[in-house]
Amino acid sequence: MTRFLPPILFLAAVIGLTCIPLFADSYGVTLGIGMLGYVTLASAWALFSGPTRYVSLATVAFFGIGAYTVAVLSESMPYPLVLVTAGAVGLGVAIVVGLSTLRLAGVYFVIFTFGLAELIRQLVTWYEVNMTGTLGRYIFLPVTPEGIYWQLLALATATFIISWWVGRSRVGMALKVIGDDEVVAAHCGINIARMKLALFAVSSVIITLVGAIQAPRWTYVEPTIAFNPTISFLTLIMALLGGAHRLTGPLLGAVPLFLLFEWLSAHFPNHYSIILGLVFIAIVFVLPRGVLAFVEENWKRWRRREIKKLPAVAE
Amino acid sequence: MSELLKIEELTKRFGGLTAVNSVSFSVAPGEVVGLLGPNGSGKTTVLNMISGHLPATSGRIALGGQTISGLAPNQIVLKGVSRTFQLVRGLPSLTVGENVVAALAFGRRKLWGKAAQAEALQRLDEVGLAHRADQSAQELTYIDQKRMELARALALEPELLLLDEWLAGLNPTEMATGIELIRSIQRRGATILMVEHMMDAIRALCSRCVVMNAGRKIADGPTAATLADREVVTAYLGEAYA
Ligand SMILES: Nc1ncnc2c1ncn2[C@@H]1O[C@H](COP(=O)(O)OP(=O)(O)O)[C@@H](O)[C@H]1O
Ligand SMILES: [Mg+2]
Repeated sequence: MTRFLPPILFLAAVIGLTCIPLFADSYGVTLGIGMLGYVTLASAWALFSGPTRYVSLATVAFFGIGAYTVAVLSESMPYPLVLVTAGAVGLGVAIVVGLSTLRLAGVYFVIFTFGLAELIRQLVTWYEVNMTGTLGRYIFLPVTPEGIYWQLLALATATFIISWWVGRSRVGMALKVIGDDEVVAAHCGINIARMKLALFAVSSVIITLVGAIQAPRWTYVEPTIAFNPTISFLTLIMALLGGAHRLTGPLLGAVPLFLLFEWLSAHFPNHYSIILGLVFIAIVFVLPRGVLAFVEENWKRWRRREIKKLPAVAE
Repeated sequence: MSELLKIEELTKRFGGLTAVNSVSFSVAPGEVVGLLGPNGSGKTTVLNMISGHLPATSGRIALGGQTISGLAPNQIVLKGVSRTFQLVRGLPSLTVGENVVAALAFGRRKLWGKAAQAEALQRLDEVGLAHRADQSAQELTYIDQKRMELARALALEPELLLLDEWLAGLNPTEMATGIELIRSIQRRGATILMVEHMMDAIRALCSRCVVMNAGRKIADGPTAATLADREVVTAYLGEAYA
């Protein structure tokens, strides 16, 4: 019975979320779009970075690629084809980047991915200024906010199912082994490079699609909007807050943090960045392994103390 | 004689240091060969090159007639070589059972799910660890970690098993159990190349020994004769004892 409970809850949640735009006002839908966007970004980020422990700051590189592909192609192609193309561009970039960077370890990877996002932003800026002559682009697509909401919900659901499947498949096992000890992984027969590349590609394509689906919300894009590094940092901190090693971790991190940042940007627009930085630092110091791990550890410790209080029978 | 493992003129340089210097020897199927030598003589480096962990600077390693030097460790595993490490390497975030499942899932048989779990239990049982299958790997004692690592290596169904000081750090009782364990593996037809310092274990297990000193092979032959060799005694104990 308990085996069927999680899938039933999951299904109920998806159905419930699908119905929200039927009742909610436009602000509600906007909020839902932002929240689903970040839940998907954080889950996709954790899909690769959780098990491999590669901290990627390239989120916005792919997000921006998705948004820009839509901006460039929206008038020359049917919408579904634009999305497919965006995904394909993201995949291509992910494979090139993956092949050249997944050998880098630790902080070098972090710096490279951060640099990558900047590089792509500069390239797009350069191209727009020198080739097309204008910096910004308008996106006119007949997509309603509700439409965007439902597309993001579908993508979030797919991401969740992929993460769940990875977690219990051989791929998930391979990633855990790689995360623990790459030498042992290789000596167990795991092709580390291929495994990381495949996961990086899947994660990057999802992130690209989030950018592509959300793009019509902006109407007007330019590189500083589409490639805003804050998106990478927010994604990272949301996944870390919830715990990147668990299926529901990114979700539990993304929802409260998104709401917090919404509230902060509405009430403290001038100090937003400072508060954001403080929240980052607080999370890394107080909950380095995520809320779920923190709760679990303390629950165990508390239980142990409870057990110790009982009189020992054997003595 | 048809060798299972054949090493020819194997050399490894780390910058200016020649850790392994033109070493050649071979191992026949079913043999248990000891690889001996003082600390720093290059034994682990030889194993590292066989398993693919380190690329050779020059020379050739062949398994059953096929060249394996130049391949990645994950490819060499699939050819039938598995190993343990001098500093035991468990997978701390997994359970003991999962440590073995990891090898079953990606090794030569690609087992997964129930079949892999059942097989893992059996492998753990062989090393006397089945009762700890559900425990976290990082809770194990030192000898149990070594057992788990051995079970993982065996789960890869090796034709050639490389043991790097697997018996080091065990107390006398554990040592006897360990020797018996290796012997039982040998009886099932495995070929073993083991780096070892414990003379009793070497005498009990190895029919042949290869001895290294400062990167070079200085002796190779039946265990008793090799251990009595003048150069070997000098290498281990210094001139005065020879
Ligand atoms: N990865 C490495 N980088 C540089 N030097 C190494 C490396 N591995 C081993 N060495 C050096 O090679 C020599 C042989 O080491 P090793 O093979 O571990 O010896 P043994 O196992 O016989 O004690 C030592 O001098 C050691 O310092
Ligand atoms: Mg050694």
